[in-house]
Amino acid sequence: MELNEFVENFADQLEDTDASEISASTVFKELEEWSSLLALSVIAMVDEEYDVALKGDDIRTANTIEDLYDTVKSKL
Amino acid sequence: MATIRYKGVGIRAVAACVPREVVHNKDLGYLIPEEEIEKTINSIGIHERRIADADTCASDLCYKAAVKLMEDNGIAPESIDMILFMSQTSDYRIPATAPILQHRLGCPKTTAALDLSLGCSGYVFALSTAMAYASIDGINRVLLLDGETFSKIVSRNDKVDWPLYGDAGTATLVEKGDFGETVFSLYSDGEGEDAVKIKDGMRNAITAESLVEKEVEPGVKLTGLDVFMDGMDVFNFAMSVVPKGIKNLCKELELPLESVDYLIFHQANKFMTDFFAKRLKFPLEKVPYCLQKYGNTSSASVPLTISSELADKELEGKTAIMAGFGAGLSWGFVKYDFKGCKVSPVIEY
Repeated sequence: MELNEFVENFADQLEDTDASEISASTVFKELEEWSSLLALSVIAMVDEEYDVALKGDDIRTANTIEDLYDTVKSKL
Repeated sequence: MATIRYKGVGIRAVAACVPREVVHNKDLGYLIPEEEIEKTINSIGIHERRIADADTCASDLCYKAAVKLMEDNGIAPESIDMILFMSQTSDYRIPATAPILQHRLGCPKTTAALDLSLGCSGYVFALSTAMAYASIDGINRVLLLDGETFSKIVSRNDKVDWPLYGDAGTATLVEKGDFGETVFSLYSDGEGEDAVKIKDGMRNAITAESLVEKEVEPGVKLTGLDVFMDGMDVFNFAMSVVPKGIKNLCKELELPLESVDYLIFHQANKFMTDFFAKRLKFPLEKVPYCLQKYGNTSSASVPLTISSELADKELEGKTAIMAGFGAGLSWGFVKYDFKGCKVSPVIEY
């Protein structure tokens, strides 16, 4: 599992934000389009791509995309 | 895993009733920023919902659905041996609502009546209960009334829950007859009790504080008597159990999923159930939806979908899998082969 690929997969869930603005250090909850529905898309993406079930608290405690990547990696 | 098989009992008829008042999600500007409303509606798939007025309870909607069912099928009230009322918005804390419905429907005093309580998984469990009773000597007909008025327990200032929930009442007549095999698989996990919860009641006493609205997370303001849902945890839960549970049921029955005619999901929200269908590689044409019109009506949503979407379809010989999942946590599936089932279209209260 690669960080770059994870960031790309994360960016694929976004509609209004340009992928070039997204990096591992992006604080995703500060994105203008971040919403609870987008959180569901991320949970679905992680389930499909990595077969990992993220909990609400995993999303709540993560700040950057890299934090979330670390959480997913620890559950692989 | 509780796998239950029944033979010689089945669903004879289904009917449903919704309140007349329509609430449009496009009008939720006070709760959701205007630019996000359309996106939210497209994602959850819910455009409008029916909301009961202050005087109307789930039991009223069920009563009307039951009367419609009895009229459409020539069912005499005296022939009902048992009434089950499945709801988490019953009329009173005491007494139970089922006996009130027995009296109102003109069923005799020899009719057994009892309430059942579960969230969005409720219909599947209640149907298994109805079939269990109908299988017993001495009971031929069970009238299962499943209704909810979540509008009474969801805060108007909760941007997660308020756009989702609608009200509905349904009636399902289960009876002995020449029916094929019906198979249920039922599951529970109380470790997840906090995922969907009304906090105050018996465990936490109701006090004046219970009525004070608080912001529990951004955009979610509710009192201790309103339902709280952790959307992410519920999604996580459902995602990990629903597709797998359906696959396991099919495996156990040696039933290829392709041969299932209808996959009738609890109408949680379209994002979630479309995802499950995709996960199962099951064509969306065979997944009936009524949530665009009625929202998530909790345990009433499966029979409401049957009444709304399948009343004009030829159901004879068709195989359906129904899936319920929600608060508890609790989830269950049933494989049902329709035979001689009369479905009445949805009526308004």
